[in-house]
Amino acid sequence: MAVSENKVPPALELRALAKTFDRPAVAGLDLFVRAGEFYMLLGPNGAGKTTTLRMVSGLLKPDSGSISVFGVDALADPVGAKQIVGWLSDEPMIYDKLTPVEYLEFVAGLWNVESAVASARASELLRWLGLTPHAHERCEGFSRGMRQKVALAGALVHEPRLIILDEPLTGLDAGSARLVKDVLLARVAAGSTVIMTTHILEIAERMADRIGVISSGRLIAEGTLDELRSRTGKGAASLEDTFLALVGEIAA
Amino acid sequence: MSRPGSLTWFAGHELRLAWRDWFSMMTAGRKSRRRSVFVWVGLFVLFLHWIAFAFVGPFAHVAPNPGKPALIVVTASLLLSFSMMLSQAMESVTRAFYSRSDLDLILVSPARADRLFAVRIGAIALLAVGMSALVMGPFINMLALAGGVRWLAAYGVIVSLALTATAFSVALTYALFRLIGAKRTRLAAQIVAAILGATFVIGLQVAAILSSGTASRFAFLQSHAVTALAPETASLLWWPARAALGDESTLVAVFATSLALFVAAAFYFSPRFADCAILAAGTAQDRARHAARAPAAFQVSTPARTLRRKEWLLLQRDPWLMSQSLMQLLYLVPAALLLWRNFALGTSASLVLVPTLIMAAGQLAGGLAWLTISGEDAPDFIASAPVTARRILRAKIEAVLGAIAFVFAPLLLVFAFVSLKDTFVVAIGIVAAAVSATAIQLWFRTQAKRTQFRRRHTSSRIATFAEAFSSITWAAAGGLAAAGSLLAPLVGLLALALLGGTRWLSPAQT
Repeated sequence: MAVSENKVPPALELRALAKTFDRPAVAGLDLFVRAGEFYMLLGPNGAGKTTTLRMVSGLLKPDSGSISVFGVDALADPVGAKQIVGWLSDEPMIYDKLTPVEYLEFVAGLWNVESAVASARASELLRWLGLTPHAHERCEGFSRGMRQKVALAGALVHEPRLIILDEPLTGLDAGSARLVKDVLLARVAAGSTVIMTTHILEIAERMADRIGVISSGRLIAEGTLDELRSRTGKGAASLEDTFLALVGEIAA
Repeated sequence: MSRPGSLTWFAGHELRLAWRDWFSMMTAGRKSRRRSVFVWVGLFVLFLHWIAFAFVGPFAHVAPNPGKPALIVVTASLLLSFSMMLSQAMESVTRAFYSRSDLDLILVSPARADRLFAVRIGAIALLAVGMSALVMGPFINMLALAGGVRWLAAYGVIVSLALTATAFSVALTYALFRLIGAKRTRLAAQIVAAILGATFVIGLQVAAILSSGTASRFAFLQSHAVTALAPETASLLWWPARAALGDESTLVAVFATSLALFVAAAFYFSPRFADCAILAAGTAQDRARHAARAPAAFQVSTPARTLRRKEWLLLQRDPWLMSQSLMQLLYLVPAALLLWRNFALGTSASLVLVPTLIMAAGQLAGGLAWLTISGEDAPDFIASAPVTARRILRAKIEAVLGAIAFVFAPLLLVFAFVSLKDTFVVAIGIVAAAVSATAIQLWFRTQAKRTQFRRRHTSSRIATFAEAFSSITWAAAGGLAAAGSLLAPLVGLLALALLGGTRWLSPAQT
């Protein structure tokens, strides 16, 4: 994968990020994601992955720490940071009463994308995701997979430099999951940065340039799959074994 | 303990769900509100009794066998209740068909679905009885207190009306299913329910306006023309009224007829409901296919315009919401008619029109503001957009006020031909009521799905009452201004003070 030079500001830089609800969800997290990287964030349930990504996307305010997206301070200039970020959650955020085309118009309007550019991108995305035959049907009758594809098109139509996806493959069939993965890999190849969480470790193993493992709101391990394997001393083991060993270390 | 799958078992299941649903709606899901809910409900019932006591005095000693004028008034009151019950029951039947929740689970289980639907039909009747008893109970109790226990027979009539309304609503909805199909029935039934709920009261008002030029239904019902047209006192038409006045044998006959209708409807339609529910389940796919139209050109505009357009599009495409809004707008029909008649005759009816229009604007704005500000289906998505929260809110408020302008501008235009001064008053009143209702929704906003519109009043009691009182106060100020009263500015100040107090109590402030 094309990883940019050090001179380019990092796609994401988190310093001592913290957020507490009833208990600490994110506890002084430091994270550094390079531009052009496919970064996979793993962790057990309740590890703080979603809270971290929601803070990066501007959906939650951290209690302390800093967030920098391509050099833009997301806390001081949230609008500037949001302009270059695309966000997709596991629950598709679309409107039942709008068609995919209307939804993409809406997204393009919010991100201030020029009409002709947005129109061309929308057509391309709909075609790529196999949604062209349904482009003018309201989303209310769509299956979960179709809704997730519409939401993905929405996250990409403004060509974000940083794409954040929280469990984007949940509930998708094999064909839809493959499509989504292909689209994301193509984006990374084109220079975008992707940060994604997943519980499907096989996907992380196949797609990620680097993997970060968080537990109890802290980064407990980071690196390529080989680096993680060597850390746990299980050279030939799968990511699943490595992940369980890392999380187990912390739990112990 | 009843056997699983039996009628009583389903009844227990439904009763538990209904109780929890109601309780969660009343407490907005907060356990800490339990005690206060009981206290408030108790106080509300006491307040209704107090109101009822002031009204029922002159009627308490009406003879059990009165003349035509009294029979007409009692029958009209019962018909009013019946139309409301019918509307509510139709809405409930539609929800029983279309809200999936646990229906899929029950339909795939080996339990007999017809039993569940029989129980649900019973629950609809029970709900109709409960709602009517809550509203009419205090009046009946006060009548019984002042005029004797014979008035308690009116409870029997309420039960009879509820049973009949449920039977009719089930039959009507089923007929719609068969006639126009599952897809169209949802919208049609909701609109029919809204119209049924308002038709009788509006019809009476329209008749009163057309015959006597006033909006007083009571004067119309007691007029010589209506009395002359009404059938003789021995007619079957007066049986419900006679039963309500304490005629025991008539009450038994009315109740027996209603029960027979209800049992027949439950027996005949319960087995057919399962088929309807399955048909209704397929409508989402069907609807999506049929929604395909000639594509419009891809249009992107500024974030503010994009947000406004989205809100208007969603409002326009929500049939259920349309029927809810239609219900509010239907009450403008008599006002519009009075306006038209006033225009034709050159007399002034502003005292009725001005407050009606202002109040309708306030109520409509409150509903729309909730939908656009609180009822956002993709809040995270909107929050992740590179637009400031202030700008998003401003666009949503503009969408509400734009919709209000769209509805009321034509009426104002007609009003301008009648009286420029009153048009000015009503325009100011509409703006004030709409802005106040929107501001209250803004201060008390809570995140919810648009489908939770029916529950919007339970998110904050303060907001609900403040919205209603604000509309009423602005309407009163407008009415007084139209009448040239010097009290108008004082009432206007009261409305502003109410708004200030609401702001002070709002979570945003505290």
